[in-house]
Amino acid sequence: MGDDKAAALEARGLTRSYPMGEVTIQALRGVDLTLYRGELLVMLGASGSGKSTLLNILGGLDTASDGEVRYVDHRGQSRDLTRASQRALTRFRRHHVGFVFQFYNLISSLTARENVAIVTEIARDPMTPEAALAMVGLGERLDHFPSQLSGGEQQRVAIARAVAKQPDLLLCDEPTGALDFRTGIRVLEVLESVNRETLTTVAIITHNEVIGEMADRVIRLRDGRVDEIHVNATRRPARELRW
Amino acid sequence: MRTLDRKLARDLWRLKGQALAIAVVIAGGVMTLIFSVTTLEALSGARERFYASHHFAEVFADVKRAPLGALSQLQEIEGINRIEPRVQAAMRLSVEGFADPIRGLAQSIPDGRQPGLNRLHLVAGGLPEAGRDDQVVVSDAFAEAHGLAPGDSLEAIIDGRQVQLRLSGIALSPEFLYQVAPTDLMPDYRRYAVLWMNQRTLASAFGMEGAFNQLTLTLQAGARREAVIDALDLALARYGGTGAWSRDDQPSHRFIEEELNQQRIQATVLPAIFLTVSAFLLHVVMGRLIQTQREQVAVLKAFGYRDTELARHFALLAGMIVLLGWALGVALGAWAASGLAGLYREYFRFPGMPFRVPLWSLVLSLLIVALAALLGTWQAVWRAVRRPPAEAMRPPAPLRFRRSWLERALPPALLGHEGRIILRNLARHPAKASLSVAGIALSAGLLMMGAYQLDAVESMIDQQYRQVLRMDMELTFGEATPARAAGELRHQPGVLAVETWRRVPVTLIHGHRQERTSLLGMEPSPQLRQVLDGQGRPQRLPDSGLMLTRYLAETLEARVGDELEVAIMEGHRRRLTMTLTALVDEPLGVGAYLRRDHLNTLMGEGPAISGAWLLVDPDRQEALNAALWAIPGVAGIGLLAEAERGIRDYLDETILMVALIFVAIATSIAFGVVYNNARVAFAERARELATLQVLGYSRAEVSRILLGEIALLTLAAIPPGWAIGILFSRLLNQAFSSDLFRVPMVLTPQAFAIAASGVLAASLVVGLLVVRRLGRLDKLRVLKAVE
Repeated sequence: MGDDKAAALEARGLTRSYPMGEVTIQALRGVDLTLYRGELLVMLGASGSGKSTLLNILGGLDTASDGEVRYVDHRGQSRDLTRASQRALTRFRRHHVGFVFQFYNLISSLTARENVAIVTEIARDPMTPEAALAMVGLGERLDHFPSQLSGGEQQRVAIARAVAKQPDLLLCDEPTGALDFRTGIRVLEVLESVNRETLTTVAIITHNEVIGEMADRVIRLRDGRVDEIHVNATRRPARELRW
Repeated sequence: MRTLDRKLARDLWRLKGQALAIAVVIAGGVMTLIFSVTTLEALSGARERFYASHHFAEVFADVKRAPLGALSQLQEIEGINRIEPRVQAAMRLSVEGFADPIRGLAQSIPDGRQPGLNRLHLVAGGLPEAGRDDQVVVSDAFAEAHGLAPGDSLEAIIDGRQVQLRLSGIALSPEFLYQVAPTDLMPDYRRYAVLWMNQRTLASAFGMEGAFNQLTLTLQAGARREAVIDALDLALARYGGTGAWSRDDQPSHRFIEEELNQQRIQATVLPAIFLTVSAFLLHVVMGRLIQTQREQVAVLKAFGYRDTELARHFALLAGMIVLLGWALGVALGAWAASGLAGLYREYFRFPGMPFRVPLWSLVLSLLIVALAALLGTWQAVWRAVRRPPAEAMRPPAPLRFRRSWLERALPPALLGHEGRIILRNLARHPAKASLSVAGIALSAGLLMMGAYQLDAVESMIDQQYRQVLRMDMELTFGEATPARAAGELRHQPGVLAVETWRRVPVTLIHGHRQERTSLLGMEPSPQLRQVLDGQGRPQRLPDSGLMLTRYLAETLEARVGDELEVAIMEGHRRRLTMTLTALVDEPLGVGAYLRRDHLNTLMGEGPAISGAWLLVDPDRQEALNAALWAIPGVAGIGLLAEAERGIRDYLDETILMVALIFVAIATSIAFGVVYNNARVAFAERARELATLQVLGYSRAEVSRILLGEIALLTLAAIPPGWAIGILFSRLLNQAFSSDLFRVPMVLTPQAFAIAASGVLAASLVVGLLVVRRLGRLDKLRVLKAVE
């Protein structure tokens, strides 16, 4: 993996600070990073290293205080997200990005199928909610409400929701953070197969070093900066991971 | 958008308690509007239709006696369209099996046929046949009260002679929609009757052959009413005219007009107050409701939902609640209106009063609540939608808490942990806390306004019938009678005291303002009919000069010491100048008062009286009635206890019913506000409360935090609630003052207590509901997951 692949997202000199209670947090202090099309990237870092902030900015959920983010589409045309309007960012998220959150963030009043449908209804070329849920192994639990699902199942619904629109970019914030080991592996296997089968660019942030072994590249963040980029010679299958 | 709509439906279901509470608040506002507007339209519509179809006269004129030959000359007066003479006379009646005296007013109709103006609406039987002297048509209310039917008979004393009359028919008249005896305020159908007889019969009975004593007329389109009245006054002066008057001074018309005015005020002031309160509460409640959904908003935004799509979603949520509230309000309003329409049918005698909710009121009320909802929801939706999604999904930073001055002022031991948490929560969100307090205070204010109506009406009647009118009976003579007649009355059975009075119709003029009323001449220090000052103390009548009811003086823009012009409308017509020497405070009616001997002098007559007030031994009332029946000069006998009962019944049925409805609405609103406050506070604190329980706090201890907050907010809202209540009551009081009655501005301790206990009771119920919910809180789930 490396320069032979086309860039999907390029970040240059990103900084971000925001007030939190009575203090100002300097979350990013100048980050340069490229995401390549079809790769599986793991971003590692302790809590407070700025990894969530970075992911949010890459996904168009947040904007940087300074620096530049460019998104490159299939035809190689690049767009600047830093100076994009809220409307353009909404369009970007709607058509190109899927999110998976640590706490799943399912809508509790909707069933598994409806939680996926709420996204496929506004997407351009989505899978059916049933297909997306079958992909994460939940074809049998379509009509269950979040409160009737285990944590792992809820996270898989969240992944189905994120991939159903067939995004170019799948951004996952601590997807296994709230799960036990066995369920966590199951979720990672799903992410791995999405990456392989649909060639979606997947970025996972975690503080779990082991997860790095399944990635094409591992990026280490420390104190708001990229500390190290490591390219794995081979990706280790998720099912072989242990922690 | 299908799935988003499904979420909407499920959210609504989940929030059903809160949604219903908000809907109730909206319903309260809508109900007052629909209710008032519907009754207003039903009443005015029925009146207009009846007036038009039965040719209600526009101008009336009384004369002592004018020949029919004078008509052709009167017809020449410019602006008159149609003119009709008639004979009108007061008479006493008796119905078999009913001991009390009955006052009757007889009017002539052309022999055997309908009059051209003020046509009768026959509900049974027919008109008297031409040439029949004994046949009579009676008013339907009277016939109904005594169970009379065509063919039945009744006794009458006509000009001192006892006559047997037979009912040919029962009718309604546009002139007597409101059938009230002169000087009474409320109808007494058993003791007051209107009768219609052939012109020839009535004329011969009262010595009016070839003559008339009353004119009714309509005007040409565009004619000036005042000019016609002036011309009539001039032309009729030689026949003993006591002044022409327009519809506006016609008793039945005036009463209905007054009722319509009340309804108009009710249809504007009350809905305005209720809808303002509703809009405000909607604002507060929707804002906090949406606040609790901020994470969901963030997720949807993260997946690419547009701001407008989300705004539409929440607008729909608010819209559904508003629609529910509106529908509820319309249903309740229509229901209450149909109830009141039933009462109106009792008091106002229309041939038919179909009531229908006017379409415009539906549209208007929907627009108002939609606007209120928009104003209330817009800001909250916008705030939730505008936030960058990442910020909304970040766990909220620990809020900036501080020790408040209140906390520092109190000894730590007194507060405890719970107290400290409550105080800091409230101090952290001063705006939120004050909005909650304002909401509860507003509902307390509404409650107090309702309670005020109940109290004020009671106090008004008490003052009128305990302090002003202290006689048991009022006798009216057919015409001015020598004062020595009082001596004769004093010797009748059961009479304990007699006071005489003289009444003369006048027009009072001050500057460019003028009012038709009458001068009431009384003993220098009347005991049976007192004139009160501002403190409710009886006053002595001045040796010379005039006293006026405060409201009348204000209408005339006259102050004590001003000179008033007094145009006498009886006997020898003259204009005098009199000084306004003092004001009279009385809740019902208006009048001008002076000493009777002074009035006799002004009239250039000896000691004459128009009637007398009697204080009667109740055990001998029947004997007295029988004795009075034999006295020919007495044209009317009024029983004060009956009049009081009549007015109390009326007020019980109308104003009190309305006031009770408002108290009910205010209570529901109070409940709606407190419930929503508590539910949102609960949602906001669920995590904190669960944490405390996990740490080993008992459910009771945790409940204290929530309940303490509710209690504190409610207690804080009571004093401003009283202030708002006083304000609302003053507003209502001013809006409802008229020359018929002025509701006193009395706020009893009970009103304050009702306001306070209403919101406290609402809080208590809500507290119990919330504690029950706390018991069902799944601690672990709340702690683990961010909603």
